[in-house]
Amino acid sequence: MATSTPTRDAYVPPPREPQKEPPSERRQLWRSRLWRFDDKASPYAYIAPFFLIFGAFGLYPLLYTGWIALHRVSMTGLDSMEWVGWENFDKILHDPEFWTSVSNTFLIGVISTVPQLLVALGLAHLLNYRLRASTFWRTIILTPYATSVASAALVFALVFRADGGLLNWTLGLVGFDPVNWANGHWTSKLAISIIVIWRWTGYNALIYLAAMQAVPNDLYEAASLDGASRWQQFLKVTIPSLRPTILFTIVISTIGSMQLFGEPLLLEGGAMGATGGNENQYETLSIYLYNYGWNLGHLGPAAAVAWAMLALLLLIAGVNWLIGRYVRTSDSAV
Amino acid sequence: MTMTSPTPTAPVKLAPSPRGSAPHRPRRFKMGAGQQMKGGPFAYIALAVVGFGSLLPLYWTLVAASRTQDEVLASTPPFLPGGRLVENLQTAWEQANLGKAIVNSVIVSSSITAATLFFCTLAGYAFAKMRFRGRGWLMTAVIATLTIPPQLSVVPLFMMMSGLGWGGQLESVIFPTLVSAFGVFFMRQYLIEALPYELIEAAKIDGANNFRIVVSVVLPVARPAMMVLGMLTFVQAWNDFFWPYLALNQQNPTLQVALGQLSAAYTPDQSIVMAGALISTLPLLAVFVLFGKKIVGGIMSGAVKG
Repeated sequence: MATSTPTRDAYVPPPREPQKEPPSERRQLWRSRLWRFDDKASPYAYIAPFFLIFGAFGLYPLLYTGWIALHRVSMTGLDSMEWVGWENFDKILHDPEFWTSVSNTFLIGVISTVPQLLVALGLAHLLNYRLRASTFWRTIILTPYATSVASAALVFALVFRADGGLLNWTLGLVGFDPVNWANGHWTSKLAISIIVIWRWTGYNALIYLAAMQAVPNDLYEAASLDGASRWQQFLKVTIPSLRPTILFTIVISTIGSMQLFGEPLLLEGGAMGATGGNENQYETLSIYLYNYGWNLGHLGPAAAVAWAMLALLLLIAGVNWLIGRYVRTSDSAV
Repeated sequence: MTMTSPTPTAPVKLAPSPRGSAPHRPRRFKMGAGQQMKGGPFAYIALAVVGFGSLLPLYWTLVAASRTQDEVLASTPPFLPGGRLVENLQTAWEQANLGKAIVNSVIVSSSITAATLFFCTLAGYAFAKMRFRGRGWLMTAVIATLTIPPQLSVVPLFMMMSGLGWGGQLESVIFPTLVSAFGVFFMRQYLIEALPYELIEAAKIDGANNFRIVVSVVLPVARPAMMVLGMLTFVQAWNDFFWPYLALNQQNPTLQVALGQLSAAYTPDQSIVMAGALISTLPLLAVFVLFGKKIVGGIMSGAVKG
C-alpha cells in the first residue's frame, strides 16, 4: 500500500532553551533534563493507547485463536478447555460445508467486488464533470453508506421475496417468470452481491473521485493535444493515475467480502440464516464460523475456521502483491 | 507522436511548440476530461438513475413500515406509505426491546466516538509531527492492522469478555473498538499538512510542554478533521453488526442486534421488522441530511492519500 511509505521528515529544530534569565545552573540542568524526557517519552505516550488496546483486543485474541483451535471448548463451559490437537482442523477440512462456504465467499466476493468497482469508476467519472448541485449528487450516491447491514439486508429480503417481492413484481411487468432468489444457487449469491453493491458503490465512487481530482490537468491537456479522444484519455490518463487507489479499493473490498455476515444471515432470517440457506447455497465463512461457535456451541472448530480465514487472507494478499508487482514491471517495460 | 503509439502516461512534458505550428483547435477542446468538463444531459440522467436506485430501498422501508404485513406481502406490493406507521413503531418498540436498544446504541456509539477521537488525534499528531525511533515501522504496523478482519479474533474475545465479567455487557462491544487504525491514519494525514512546525516551535519557545502543546495548539488545528472522523466513527459504530450480534443478547441489545433478533423470530412480521429498520436508520439519515457535505468531503479527503 502506498500509504505505508513514511512521508519525508521535515526538519524539526531541537527544542530551544527558554530565553529567560537562567535562575541557577542546577535548576537549568534539571529543567533541560525534564524537557528532554518530555520530548523523548511523549510520542510513545501518545501512540501507546492504540497499541495497548489493539494488543489486548486485537492481536492477543488473534494469536489465542490458534491455541483455542487445538482444544475442545463448548459455549456452555467456557472455562474448561480440553486438548485435542489437530482434531478441529481435521473436522472442518473434511466438512464439505466448509468448502462450500469457502467457494461461496469467494464467488460472492468476485461478483460483488468486480461490478461494484467498475460502476464506482464510471460514477466517479460522471461526478468529476462540472455539475449543477454536485454536492447533492455526491450525498445521494453515498446515502446507502448510512444504512446498517441489518437494515439493508432486511429491506432487500423483502425486495427479493419469491412471491410479492418488489423485484419479481417488476420482472413480471417485463414478462419474466418470478425467480426464487434465495433458493437458487446463483440467484441467492447474486442477491447478496446486490446488497453489498448497493451499500458500497457510492463510497468507492467518492474515493475514486477524490483521486481523479488529484490528477494534474496538464496530463489531460497534453493528451488532448496529442489527439487522444476522451475515451482514450480516460483509459490512458485517468486509469493509470488511479492505479494505487484502485489497488487500495480492491484490497479493502476483498477484505470486506471475506467478512460477509449480516447480508446472508438476514436474507431469509431465522434458521435459514444460520446455515446460509437450505442447501448452504449462500453460506459464507463468517456464517460457518457463527454456526459452529454460536449456533452449535463448539468454539474449537469455530477458532479453526478463523485460522483458515487467516490463511485464505494471506493467500489473497500474496496474489494481490504478485499482481501489483506484475503490473508495475509490465508498466516499466512500456 | 502518432496516436497508435502507446501514449506514455506519466510525465508527458509538452515541449513548447514552435509558434505558429500549434495544432489549431478551438480552445475548449483543449480541456481534458478533468473537472473543467461540463456534464451533459447523459451525466444527469445516469446520476438520476443511480440516485433513484440508492434511495429506493430506503423509501421502500418507509412504505413497508407504514403498512400491514398482508399489504407488504401482497402480490402487487404497495407503492405509497400507509397509515400504520405509529402502530408499527409501537409494536416494534415493545417486541424488540427497542427503547433499551436505542439507549444502548447511543451509549456505545458515543463512547467509541469520543475515545477514538481522543486517542487517534494524539497518535496521529505523534506520527505526523514528532520524531521518534521506530516511527516508520510503527505507522506501517498501524496500517497493517486495518487488514485484519474481526472474524479472526471473535472466539477468544468472547471467552475473554466472559472471563472479565463483561459477557453480554456493553463493555464487551465498546472496549475492542476504542481505537481505530483508520482514525490514526486520517488524523496523521490531516495534521501533516494543517499543522505548521512554526506553531509548535512558537509554543515551545513560550515554554509549553508537550501535553500543553497538544491541548492548546494541536486540538484547535485538528478540530475540522476531528469533526469528520467523529461522524465517520459514529456511523460505523452505530451500524456495526457482527461482533455486537455475537457479544450481546436479547436482554441488552444495540439497535442492530435487536433488529437481527427481530427478524430471527419464529414468524417475523415484516412490517414490524421494517419499522425497526426505520428507527435504526432515521438518526443517521438525519445526520446525512444535515452534514452530507462534510461527510462526503471527509471520505474524499481520507481517500486521496489512500
